[in-house]
Amino acid sequence: MIRQTLETLRSQGRSALIPYLTAGVPDLTETPALLRALAEAGADIIELGVPFSDPVADGPVIQRASEHALSQGVTLPKILEMVAQVRADGLSTPIILFTYYNPVYRFGLEAFAQQAKQAGISGVLVVDLLPEAAVKYRQAMQNAGLETVFLVAPTTAPERLPGIDEASTGCVYYVSRTGVTGARSEMASNLREDLSALKSKLTSPLIVGFGISSPEHVANLAGAADGIVVGSALMAAVENQPAEQAIQAASTLISALKQPLLDLNNTQPLATSH
Amino acid sequence: MQTLTDPNQGFFGRFGGQYIPETLMAPVQELVAAWQALGHDPSFQTELDQLLTHYVGRPTPLYEARSISQKLGGARIFLKREDLTHTGAHKINNTLGQALLAKRMGKTRIIAETGAGQHGVASATVCALLGLKCRVYMGAVDMERQALNVYRMRLLGAEVVSVDSGSATLKDAVNEAMRDWVGNVEDTFYILGSVLGPHPYPAMVAGFQAVIGKEARAQILEQAGRLPDEVIACVGGGSNAIGIFRGFLDDENVALTGVEAGGKSLKPGEHAARFSGGSPGVLHGSETYVLQNEDGQVQETHSVSAGLDYPAVGPEHAHLQDIGRVAYTSIGDEEALLAFHTLARSEGILPALESSHALAQAFKRAPQLSPEQILIVNLSGRGDKDVHQLYQKEIQA
Repeated sequence: MIRQTLETLRSQGRSALIPYLTAGVPDLTETPALLRALAEAGADIIELGVPFSDPVADGPVIQRASEHALSQGVTLPKILEMVAQVRADGLSTPIILFTYYNPVYRFGLEAFAQQAKQAGISGVLVVDLLPEAAVKYRQAMQNAGLETVFLVAPTTAPERLPGIDEASTGCVYYVSRTGVTGARSEMASNLREDLSALKSKLTSPLIVGFGISSPEHVANLAGAADGIVVGSALMAAVENQPAEQAIQAASTLISALKQPLLDLNNTQPLATSH
Repeated sequence: MQTLTDPNQGFFGRFGGQYIPETLMAPVQELVAAWQALGHDPSFQTELDQLLTHYVGRPTPLYEARSISQKLGGARIFLKREDLTHTGAHKINNTLGQALLAKRMGKTRIIAETGAGQHGVASATVCALLGLKCRVYMGAVDMERQALNVYRMRLLGAEVVSVDSGSATLKDAVNEAMRDWVGNVEDTFYILGSVLGPHPYPAMVAGFQAVIGKEARAQILEQAGRLPDEVIACVGGGSNAIGIFRGFLDDENVALTGVEAGGKSLKPGEHAARFSGGSPGVLHGSETYVLQNEDGQVQETHSVSAGLDYPAVGPEHAHLQDIGRVAYTSIGDEEALLAFHTLARSEGILPALESSHALAQAFKRAPQLSPEQILIVNLSGRGDKDVHQLYQKEIQA
């Protein structure tokens, strides 16, 4: 579903909008409503974060969301139950589960993959698992029919790209900056050029995230990547909000971020595809 | 693709490995290459050895604690006096090695985490010596109980950053140091303080600490004419323990015992005994024993000693436990404190609260052995840093 969604959009000359939401925000019973609001506001794919006690790759906003969710008793099995429920209620937007390795390891690779698939998860990104260390994980994911997403960073050595590309059955996720997650006012310079160069070396669809927070950023990246992830900006908008306000804030932000992607055909030249 | 299952690529049995965000892969690979290159560089060893001798004060003595041995009426107890090193703990063996390596790699900025503050002080010290910028991450709770070491680091020119997230102790300081590293991979070298983290850290740190066991083995042969019956060391991350154990791993008749923090009790959240209450997991870059709940969330830990207050153990220890080469046990807060006072009164030595856990185990063990038998305890650090905490405890009581 991930690869297919991204390739379909690409053939239409569009980039996917991919909001990130930590499961359990504002609480697990309200997360489904928030997921539906994201889909209605224009999310093409949703990244759903599994809270972890030690999120070393995350900045303060997602750290706080994680702590909040854990204090509410959110667990990986409860998240999968919740996803199964929103699927039963008709949400069809593909979901990428974004997690640290330990909750998955503890769950058991095979059991996790099977149950995630059953719940209606499309793909999984394990932020602290490199393809080189993921042999059993990749097998389990493949057995269950789940797609994998691996990261490329600005520091990634060129000789590792083919391996990462091959391991990523869903898409490759480009971390646009070295550093932890978090909204930035300025995007990395030359990001469009970097993405274009990277795309020419990959067969998998390419999505980009880390530090993307405004419609201007999105407009700037439209067409340069197959998908654009917005995480901390959304999490900051919904932080500490009661459910109704959180849904309102999320809808407003995602609609605004979607606008430049809808206008794409009229205003932005497409990146050369390969 | 490069495989990590190669025996020399950071696995201890099934433990270890490299579980890191993609951004860290490049600096970690750069570090692996630089570390491996040291093997072909005799000038590095010469430079390190000279500093270990003239700056750190090695070899450290192996001291027979006759008074306490007599009182306990069992085995002869020898203390490996790492507390007598410059800065007062074994930590400097490692920080010196890593800082010299950082210099060779052209890194100008050092980051480190610290629990008890000993590793922070040792990092600040070598950075002052070698002209490197130093930033130390420390949990807010630990800054409170180890205030003296915070001031010591600042006197040495380091910047100490308080970490308030999570339990505000050592694991959170590691989290924050890793976040810093992810954002500053170009100029920054992360001096990790124990046999933890992604490869090459567990193997590299063990290599720098192995000098403890190498000396201890030669010293006991010289002083007693025979190998010890048992070697005992405390295990937080486990670097002092690996350091002394490495000298005796191949001596099958030498029993090796690692002592974890039993805290207040062995209930979840009240201790840091990973081999009693933990299970295999992945934390801070390696697969090892972790104190965690059934959902894979890392649990809070407790120990009277900040240096043992950590939810994971070095992967080499996980392996040594798995194959049965090292026996792991735990000692609670009160027993450790009692051992602290016992050593102070009978030998005139103030041990670190971390090392007091190993002493407590030795004091239990010695009476079970005969007077011909020999125990070596790694006295990994001195207790000066704990005096303030003990004083506070006493005036509150």
